[in-house]
Amino acid sequence: MLARLVPAEAMSAIAERALAVGRGGAHDTRFRLLTLGAALVVVAIFAGVMASLIIGALPAMRQFGWSFLYTEAWNPVTEKFGALASVYGTLVTSLLAMLVAVPVGIGIAIFLTEICPRALRRPIGIAIELLAGIPSIIYGIWGLFIFAPWFQEHVQTALVDGLADVPYLQDFFGGPPYGIGIFTAAMILSIMVLPFISAVTRDVFETVPHVLKEAAYGLGCTTWEVMWRVVLPFARSGVVGGAMLALGRALGETMAVTFVIGNAHHIQKSIFAPGTTISATIANEFTEAVGDLYLSALIEMGLILFFITFIVLASAQLMLRALERRAGSAA
Amino acid sequence: MSSAIYLRRRLWNGFFLALSVLAAGFGLIWLGFILGALFYNGFAAIAPKLFYEMTPPPGEDGGLANAILGSVMMSTIAVAVGTPLGLFAGTYLAEYGRYRRFAFFVRFVNDILLSAPSIVTGLFVYEMIVVKMGHFSAWAGAASLTVIVIPVVVRTTENMLLLVPNGLREAAAALGAPQSFIIRAVTWRAARAGIVTGVLLAIARISGETAPLLFTALNNQFWSTDPNAPMASLPAVIFQFAMSPYADWHRLAWAGALLITATVLTLSIIARVLQPKRSQ
Repeated sequence: MLARLVPAEAMSAIAERALAVGRGGAHDTRFRLLTLGAALVVVAIFAGVMASLIIGALPAMRQFGWSFLYTEAWNPVTEKFGALASVYGTLVTSLLAMLVAVPVGIGIAIFLTEICPRALRRPIGIAIELLAGIPSIIYGIWGLFIFAPWFQEHVQTALVDGLADVPYLQDFFGGPPYGIGIFTAAMILSIMVLPFISAVTRDVFETVPHVLKEAAYGLGCTTWEVMWRVVLPFARSGVVGGAMLALGRALGETMAVTFVIGNAHHIQKSIFAPGTTISATIANEFTEAVGDLYLSALIEMGLILFFITFIVLASAQLMLRALERRAGSAA
Repeated sequence: MSSAIYLRRRLWNGFFLALSVLAAGFGLIWLGFILGALFYNGFAAIAPKLFYEMTPPPGEDGGLANAILGSVMMSTIAVAVGTPLGLFAGTYLAEYGRYRRFAFFVRFVNDILLSAPSIVTGLFVYEMIVVKMGHFSAWAGAASLTVIVIPVVVRTTENMLLLVPNGLREAAAALGAPQSFIIRAVTWRAARAGIVTGVLLAIARISGETAPLLFTALNNQFWSTDPNAPMASLPAVIFQFAMSPYADWHRLAWAGALLITATVLTLSIIARVLQPKRSQ
């Protein structure tokens, strides 16, 4: 019936268009599936990391059970392995690093948003962010050859001598000044994660509505009071999220720490003493590990590290996501 | 009485602002120290033969040619594999997934991978490739770098595509273009500078990556172009040489460190220049 109304050549043109639209549709589907496949690869990598770590760690898990987590012994010869010294080193270096990096990072963000002359803001901001771009192995070699000897000669010796007779403190700052050790590693970590904290903090500070700050200034607040009572409370979840992100980095940092931590599988009271972290142990011993149990113990440490960083990073993300949504709905 | 309060508040204000200036100084001083030491020690060791002689045994003269080649080869493979994967996955998140639950999940997983310890991804590649093949190889090294490239490219691609105004997509759709065509001819093109930035950042990120290479590509003292064999890389050689007691090796380690840093800084500066201004 259509054929009677429409001339034949027009009919074929319509058919061709319909075919072209159909081809476009088929092409659309293929392209969408292609991008979906790539997204699935990302998920597959994540699942693969988890699965391979768990499977690799199984022999050590069977052998040591939960005692792996609270045993300090690390003896490849008798094949007695415990992760406690490494886990302790990982947590202590990261927490010490955060103690330094969080206040300093927030200070930098305050400087950049409130004090710095406008012309200098961008260059200084970029310079601080360059710290984040320097690869960790550079921090490592610098820490080993430059920072540790300097620290040993000028700071550590003075601290050890000065605190030698002070009760309690002498335990934490005592021992021979090697230069390398837990404290040195923590200092280098704090420099490394500084830019993460200051960059995120500055970005959240900039989302604080100007009206709030102007109102506080209008009441006669000083700059510090505005920052401490208005800006920081408003930006709290963002700042905490940024700090968690930095903590995640610090926990997993390998090369910078491996150079300067000293690789000692003991827990000592003094924070100047050599220690080790999970990542440093893996980096140092993995290729030299003989025996399936030794390898498996190292992989189980990797699993513990992945577990800890996963929790930290996931909570950082949840906080920053919530913030993004709030900023999005406010805009 | 009240003037005492004012004075105290002003003093606190001055005190804390001074502290924050000090904090900024603290950050900048370390940057200065690190770059200073790097250039001072690195330049002393830079010589043409770095680029054509092999890594030497201790006590002999040599260069870093095999390590440079290894780094370039493995990074090239990683970027060649990781970029398309990351580009497509980022496109899915920005153009198709957006508010779907699956897209939120992929985003979450991707951001975890983005910050996960690289040594753990190295263990994954070790289990998946090194154990299966039975030996260390440049393929495994490249694979571990690919795992690091993908999340970086996914994140920047998605962010950049989201900056493209919807009006452009709607205009193209109104002309009757199929969605796949709109993405390739309109949104990718509009976001091109940003996507290139992401790839540059990914290259910068992997060029200093050491930890996963230690037990995937291992190291190699000799010139090797066989991706099926262990391969040297600049970071692995720096690690080995810096931890050794030999002064010759230390000098080469500094030279390698300077090469890597120069590469990374150049890439990040180019990336910054290319980066489109965020709409405020």
